[in-house]
Amino acid sequence: MSPNAGPGTGFLDLGSGVSLIVACGPGGVGKTTTAAALGLAAAVRLDARVLVLTVDPARRLADALGLSGIGNDVSEVPASFFRDAGVKAKGSLSVAMLDASASWDHLIRSTAKSAAEADEIIANPLYRNITTRFSRGHEYIAMERIFELVQTGDYDLLVLDTPPSQSAVDLLDAPERMADFFSSRLLGWLTAPLRSRLLNFATRPFTALADRVLGTQFLTDTSRFFLLLQGMYDGFVARSNKVSALFQSPSTAFLVVTTPEVIPMQEAERFLGVLSERKLHLAKVITNRVLPASLVDVSTRRLAERLATSDVDLSTETPWHDLGDKAAIRRVLGAIGDNYMNFAALAGMQRILLDAFAKDHHEAIEVPHLLDEVVDAANLLRIGNLLFEDASL
Amino acid sequence: MTGEQVAPPEILDLSLLFITGKGGVGKTTLAASLGLLAAERGRRVLVCAMERAEDLSLALETPELTYRPREILPGLYAMAMDTEDALREYLVVQAHLPPIGRIGAVADAFDFLASAAPGVREILTIGKLCYEVREHHYDLVIADAASSGHFIGHLAAPVGMHELAGIGAIGDQTRWILDILEDPSRTGVVVATTPEETPVTEALELCERLGVVTGVPLAAVVANRVLPEMFGRRDAALFERLGEGDLVDALARAAGTSGEELGRLFEAARLSAHLRSREVDHLDRLRSGMEPSIPLVLLPMLFATADGLAGVRALAGALEDELA
Repeated sequence: MSPNAGPGTGFLDLGSGVSLIVACGPGGVGKTTTAAALGLAAAVRLDARVLVLTVDPARRLADALGLSGIGNDVSEVPASFFRDAGVKAKGSLSVAMLDASASWDHLIRSTAKSAAEADEIIANPLYRNITTRFSRGHEYIAMERIFELVQTGDYDLLVLDTPPSQSAVDLLDAPERMADFFSSRLLGWLTAPLRSRLLNFATRPFTALADRVLGTQFLTDTSRFFLLLQGMYDGFVARSNKVSALFQSPSTAFLVVTTPEVIPMQEAERFLGVLSERKLHLAKVITNRVLPASLVDVSTRRLAERLATSDVDLSTETPWHDLGDKAAIRRVLGAIGDNYMNFAALAGMQRILLDAFAKDHHEAIEVPHLLDEVVDAANLLRIGNLLFEDASL
Repeated sequence: MTGEQVAPPEILDLSLLFITGKGGVGKTTLAASLGLLAAERGRRVLVCAMERAEDLSLALETPELTYRPREILPGLYAMAMDTEDALREYLVVQAHLPPIGRIGAVADAFDFLASAAPGVREILTIGKLCYEVREHHYDLVIADAASSGHFIGHLAAPVGMHELAGIGAIGDQTRWILDILEDPSRTGVVVATTPEETPVTEALELCERLGVVTGVPLAAVVANRVLPEMFGRRDAALFERLGEGDLVDALARAAGTSGEELGRLFEAARLSAHLRSREVDHLDRLRSGMEPSIPLVLLPMLFATADGLAGVRALAGALEDELA
């Protein structure tokens, strides 16, 4: 399958070689639910071992899948779940959560030269701080964990639900940034105070500045930490490069999840730009929370306007004589007229955004409003079916 | 609101507001609207995007925001936080170092170090906001802050930093920063949410952790995009009855339209009622999980409003009604 394949090329067709789907998008658009629904539908339809990796404990999702919880360890969705949901699954579905701390520890242990070195790094107070705060840390570790799971060969299809990125680019840049950091002069500077008592001339402005701001003790601790980390340079860079290669390979497809609102759609657009710039493979754009088409009907809207202005003659027929006064009926009709106009405005705006997006970019798969809000087996299957039917298997 | 012992100050009377909440609940629009409303009331206001500055510039329909504040509307200034600029300003204004034109590579290094070191970045950025308050450059500083996941960590940084002994010049700065942050007559956190499951859950967690982890006061919880009630209880019963098949047809004839069109109106009304009843459950959960003395401000869903400045103005209008 060629990278950047157009719409309708069957991104879930495992025969085409896609084995990793990365769900990206702004926060609060229902990404986790979409990723889970996709994984579920794949497990039902394909003879494949499917794994969904979420970024948070996703309590409701665990409940919906009949699991006691979603943790760092992989747990398989029980057969009873499929039975209760009334479906026969050709494949299997497993779920795990991305636990950034645990994953960092694992990474350090597998890259460090010795157990003692790994222990010292993990015990350093700066370590936790870096792994939880370094701005690209979360993105990087998500990429790293999925790479490791791909390597196990235990799964035919992995669906990764990504952390909401500051910007889409951060996510894709994460492995490279990590490699850059380890090969940069910066690391040299940071470790300089320990390597030599006689500071190199070039490092002096930095250390003077840092000393002024941060204090000497802090600098010494930092230097010690980076000196340790530097020992892992080769291992880190090699791994980062492999992670980058995985995301660029044609077996990886990106799913852009958004909602039909101005800012999320802009973010989706920005992400599409990044994907095409890097010749990465876009699978589909999915917009959640699309209001029903019945809300954008012109003649219904006209009726709604009339009702809102009480322009209805209730005198001609009288099946409502026992319902109370006509004023109350007019009031109710006026309210539902107003309500329709409100929702019509919202739905109309969604339609404009979706049509403009389809014209400029891609036709998005539209997932109806409400489906993603109630996370249960039936809704997950419904969303999954929607995603699959579009994928022209 | 009834039964409060000590009424907290009106949020717009404070000097420093942090707007936080789950991603996607409308934090930026809320921050901009609060700023606009305060400016319209004659206060000199600074709105600062702590991250994702492009969202704030979209909301205010203004070109890219910079560290140097710009007056967007009369009395309403906006800026984008930048750690490097904040560091430069800190070094000159507070550490009394000579100005450095380009700190370039040193700044890169510092940027990384600031990510690594506990609270350095936050001391600089939150410190900048407090500095504007301390110097009375503005009557009100509004931070469009990080989303709930990171917010507490940012706000707790000065406390953590203050507890770490011998950490250098910045450590000494923390005392006056904390004095401002922990003063309920000056500073308040506004937690934004929407009446949906996850945003409400996150809002409640945030309110609780704010008290446990930091001494920064909670000023208000704002529930954004609340659907209006279509009608009262008696009319709701009438609505049910009217929606029955025979009556819909009769009503359609009276209105000179097809049953299908009228049916769509009823369908939309049922959708709205369904959404609304679910929202009411979430709002109940929110109210009962909050301290009774904290105001819960409900802002209506603004259906027809475009994003950008029109949306900000509309929300400011709604806020005006809610905040006496």
